Amino acid sequence: MTISQEPIDYIERTRALYSSLNYPAYEWVNEQSAPFTKPTKSLSDSKVGLICSGGIYLKGQIAFHFKDDTSYRVIDSKSRNESLRATHFAYDLKDAREDINVVFPLNTLQRFVSEGFVGGIADNVYSFMGGIYSSRKVRETLAPNIAKQMQKDEVDLVILVPA
Amino acid sequence: MLGIPTICLSSALSITRSVHPPRAVFIDYPLGHTAGKPHDPSDQENILKNALLAVEKIKSPGEIIDLELSWKESDEWKNSVMRPSNNSQKNASDDRVARFDTPQYQTSEDSNVADSNCPTCVFFEESQKGA
Repeated sequence: MTISQEPIDYIERTRALYSSLNYPAYEWVNEQSAPFTKPTKSLSDSKVGLICSGGIYLKGQIAFHFKDDTSYRVIDSKSRNESLRATHFAYDLKDAREDINVVFPLNTLQRFVSEGFVGGIADNVYSFMGGIYSSRKVRETLAPNIAKQMQKDEVDLVILVPA
Repeated sequence: MLGIPTICLSSALSITRSVHPPRAVFIDYPLGHTAGKPHDPSDQENILKNALLAVEKIKSPGEIIDLELSWKESDEWKNSVMRPSNNSQKNASDDRVARFDTPQYQTSEDSNVADSNCPTCVFFEESQKGA
């Protein structure tokens, strides 16, 4: 008989791991509230944006490094899977490298557009390597810049996919 | 200026609760599989469809909808995730992936064809430019 377990508590496991390695405790982002903007269009009328932190890049682009890399990649939303790559230190890359959709659901989104479920995708989608120890760097630099890009892309909705 | 609505996928529930994004859907899969099981388009579509439907469903910020998915019949896979590889805390060694500070290409061919100007790479720190 199999027993189902609670979702993994990554904060607790990180605390235990860091403690066992004598590293200082990690200071997680902890917010009590969030802004909330209601959608103004139905999904079938919406142009959707996609931002993935699984370290996806296109062949021909410079790959991510693993030491607080705050850069991001602009990926044409008509890109084919054969040109997509994944690189990251915090997850097992095996499945992402065989089927990029598991961390970068662009194909899935393209199918939704051809079915009419979603109105359209922005011309470009984006990825960065989310293993960034400094939340300050993300808050001050990476996130506001990507947000500005979303405004330029005039998307109605953005899907965020972590690693 | 009005904000843009977002929906966040998540496979790390306690982290997502702490970050408190406006809207999220939770997928109880190993990291690196948040958008679905490999070579399983119907699972991938199910996840993304539910994420998009959650945009209208979620009425107050911070809500996380659990999609109630299982990676395998057994949850045994959860036992060894991020646990020190030996029992002795005193002698624990850091066997995580090293934090290399140079680009980590998927294949060596990628490294050869990378454009060192990379017009579609956006860097914020001088030290990051270049292949």
